[in-house]
Amino acid sequence: MGINIDLTMIWAFIIAFAVFAYVVMDGFDLGIGILFPTFGVGKERDQAMNSIAPVWDGNETWLVLGGGGLFAAFPLAYGVVMTALYPPIIAMLLGLVFRGVAFEARWRDPKHRAGWDFAFTAGSIVAAFAQGVTLGALLQGVEVADRAYAGGWLDWLTPFSLLTGASVVCGYALLGATWLIWKTEEGTQGHAYRLAGRFFVLTLIAILAVSLGTLGLGTDYRQKWLSTPAIFATSQVPLLTAILAFAFYRSLKKRREVAPFFLALALFLMSFAGLGVSMYPYVVPNALTIWDAAAPERSQIFMLVGASALVPIILAYTAWSYWVFRGKTGHEGYH
Amino acid sequence: MLDRFDALLLARIQFAFTVSFHFIFPAFSIGLASFLAVLEGLWLKTGKDVHLDLFKFWLKIFAIVFAMGVVSGIVMSYQFGTNWAVFSDKAGPVIGPLMAYEVLTAFFLEAGFLGVMLFGMQRVGPKLHYLATLMVAVGTLISATWILSVNSWMQTPTGFEINAQGQFVPGPSWWPIIFNPSFPYRLLHTVLAAYLTTAFVVGAVGAWQLLKLKRGRMIAHREGDEPTELGADLARSATAARKMLSMALWMATIVAPLQIFAGDLHGLNTLVHQPAKVMAMEGHYDSHPDGAPLILFGLPNSEEKRIDYALEVPKASSLILKHDPDAPLAGLDTIPDNMEPPVPIVFWSFRIMVAVGFAMLGLGLWSVVARLRGKLYRWTWLHRATVAMGPSGFIAVLAGWVTTEVGRQPFTVYGLLRTSESASPLAAPAVATSLIAFVIVYFVVFGFGTWYILRLMNNGVQVPEPALAEGAGPIRTAGITPGPTQLTGA
Ligand code: HDD
Ligand code: HEM
Ligand code: HEM
Repeated sequence: MGINIDLTMIWAFIIAFAVFAYVVMDGFDLGIGILFPTFGVGKERDQAMNSIAPVWDGNETWLVLGGGGLFAAFPLAYGVVMTALYPPIIAMLLGLVFRGVAFEARWRDPKHRAGWDFAFTAGSIVAAFAQGVTLGALLQGVEVADRAYAGGWLDWLTPFSLLTGASVVCGYALLGATWLIWKTEEGTQGHAYRLAGRFFVLTLIAILAVSLGTLGLGTDYRQKWLSTPAIFATSQVPLLTAILAFAFYRSLKKRREVAPFFLALALFLMSFAGLGVSMYPYVVPNALTIWDAAAPERSQIFMLVGASALVPIILAYTAWSYWVFRGKTGHEGYH
Repeated sequence: MLDRFDALLLARIQFAFTVSFHFIFPAFSIGLASFLAVLEGLWLKTGKDVHLDLFKFWLKIFAIVFAMGVVSGIVMSYQFGTNWAVFSDKAGPVIGPLMAYEVLTAFFLEAGFLGVMLFGMQRVGPKLHYLATLMVAVGTLISATWILSVNSWMQTPTGFEINAQGQFVPGPSWWPIIFNPSFPYRLLHTVLAAYLTTAFVVGAVGAWQLLKLKRGRMIAHREGDEPTELGADLARSATAARKMLSMALWMATIVAPLQIFAGDLHGLNTLVHQPAKVMAMEGHYDSHPDGAPLILFGLPNSEEKRIDYALEVPKASSLILKHDPDAPLAGLDTIPDNMEPPVPIVFWSFRIMVAVGFAMLGLGLWSVVARLRGKLYRWTWLHRATVAMGPSGFIAVLAGWVTTEVGRQPFTVYGLLRTSESASPLAAPAVATSLIAFVIVYFVVFGFGTWYILRLMNNGVQVPEPALAEGAGPIRTAGITPGPTQLTGA
């Protein structure tokens, strides 16, 4: 199969980029939501919350770009995937409603703060789990007939999709913990180190389980990964993952403050690359290739002009706003 | 078949419910973002406390409104796929790119600068902070532009072709798609609506505070007096309340007539492109070959296809719509039944909007009289009326959208794609469950949010900020005035 770089490929890449940007950015702030109950009420929780308050909205916007981009560049896939995964998608949206409002509400209402903290955690876990389920359900395949989803409304629910759901929760928790190592100090930081260690182990187990699970899903995946000569290329992914895992372990041991976060991101990048190997050239595995689902060239060109001009600008001001809030976060809030 | 129909109806209810909830927040946050930019600009220019006090006060409210707008908006952007998959497949190539541009030009801009706007004053200083406020305000307007272009294209589609798979695909140029015939009118009318909505809320809060102060007999009664009998702090709150009332009523006075004018133009445009919608708005079941009456009120009877107990002004409808009392106007009898929108809903929602529009105009004029007599801050009944009109913008906005959207039925892409052919192939229980979940979650979460907003409004501008007390959370921009600092590293 020759690979032509065409507009459709470029769009597949842009959307993959948006989804990855979403996963790493909202990943760490969802992760903080997941870990929230383990922090002490008061100073520790306030500090954790403040470390993400100025950036969560920007982080979540990448989800809108991922969804909106899919709608625009692969409208057929957007319709099919959203219908097939209706319950987890709706659950994710509702989870995001709870946690988004909790950011403001917990400060406005000290009397119900415990309730909002719970909403923050529950919303984060539900959203993360639903995203993982979505991923697993997509990998295991979706029934399509006549340009529409043709399966039942609970087809997504399998042990594999539950496994991917749990894996994403662990992974996000790891990202959240390493973010806190970077952004906090003293007691909160020590606590974050302990959490990072635990979720590191869980995440490694999850990566392994999901990888084996994927190979078990069908001959197609086995062919992509294990047939010669493909295996010489694909084996680099687990190899690099192992090296990164080792580096991560050492950075925790040495109590480094910034490295763990970026190494955790690199681990995510590897999982993401693995996903790319499994999915390509499909956008809905075994049903729609990216070309089947692509929007016409005129739509793609029009958006490409905008995206290539605007995404760098967006990255620049996003970086600026992270820079404004650099350094350690206090617990009194941003006065 | 029955199952399919139920799923469709449920999906429509779910869309109407979630989008109505969503739009309540933008209607407020578009206006509020601009208002905050004005306040901060005035503060930078004049250095007066009152502008800063007001800025800080409304910023707290803005933060909650904005968060609710964001989360309800994310729901909307996924709902096209979850509930309207066929529509997404067919219309995606045309409207998808416009919505992607909205994300790239507006949502990132808002979100990227929001953090600095809410928390960054101390870190970046007033000038850069003002830039962030401006970016957020501009972002909300850009967002309105794109999404209204999308919606308008669905109302008055132009510039497209239809391909072999039955998809709408863009023609050679994007201009006729973006600047489709109803877009300029809808953009103008909706942005003015957002400004009016905000003005009436701000005015109501100002009036409410004045009434409270007066009830406590704490306020000086002569016009022009600085309310000096109060303690210095209370006097500052009173000055802020007066400022709100005055600014808001100026907005009402100027913008309400503009809005009525814009609405009229919008209606004339609709008459050209969606005549059936105007027939439903006017309640014209029958054609009127020589001058159509304006039906002020009446009960639409969709069985018999007539308006019962109609109260009419002869020939006035032709006068308004055609600028000629004797001009013929076609009625719904010229439209096939399967293309007729549901008349009673459109008829009533349109009247509610127009009534609110004229009530807004009335309040604006009343305030002018009060100003001329020097009694703007004294007429208790004016203040009570302003409080009562506080939510009026939201009512008009929702009524307006219901007119627009229900009047477009039975199509999603007007004249080309039927609503019944747009929905996802979902099972009714799936949609029913999600609908119930949305209703519960929205009422609980947004109910709480609204409650906090009302509480802040009831407290009014408080000097000194009570929130400076320990543990009361992120105090917006207090870095401008001395306050405890939170930096431990950096
Ligand atoms: C005329 C204005 C207008 C209209 C008709 C709509 N919106 Fe909206 N929307 C806004 C004006 C707006 C805004 C002012 O830009 C918001 C409100 C508060 C906010 O955070 O931004 C917003 C937020 C917002 C967000 C969150 C953005 C973020 O992450 O920051 C999304 C995804 C949408 N909207 C999507 C939609 C969709 C799919 C709509 C149609 C069905 C829609 N909006 C109607
Ligand atoms: C934000 C303010 C809006 C409100 C309050 C609103 C309200 C409504 C209502 C009440 C319906 C139901 C009509 C019926 O079932 O008879 C509807 C339908 C629809 N609207 Fe809107 N609308 C808004 C904006 C938009 C926008 C901006 C879009 C497009 C981007 C849009 C797209 C649709 C679609 C696709 C339908 C058809 C589905 C249906 O019939 O329920 N709406 N809307
Ligand atoms: C008396 C004055 C008014 C007139 C004559 C008027 C006219 C109209 C018309 C004809 C439409 C339907 C357009 C269409 O879809 O074809 C409309 C929609 C709408 N109206 Fe009004 N309107 C008036 C006052 C108001 C006020 C006071 C508000 C809010 C503060 C408002 C908010 C809206 C909104 C949000 C829509 C839906 C979006 C759109 O289609 O523009 N209107 N109006």
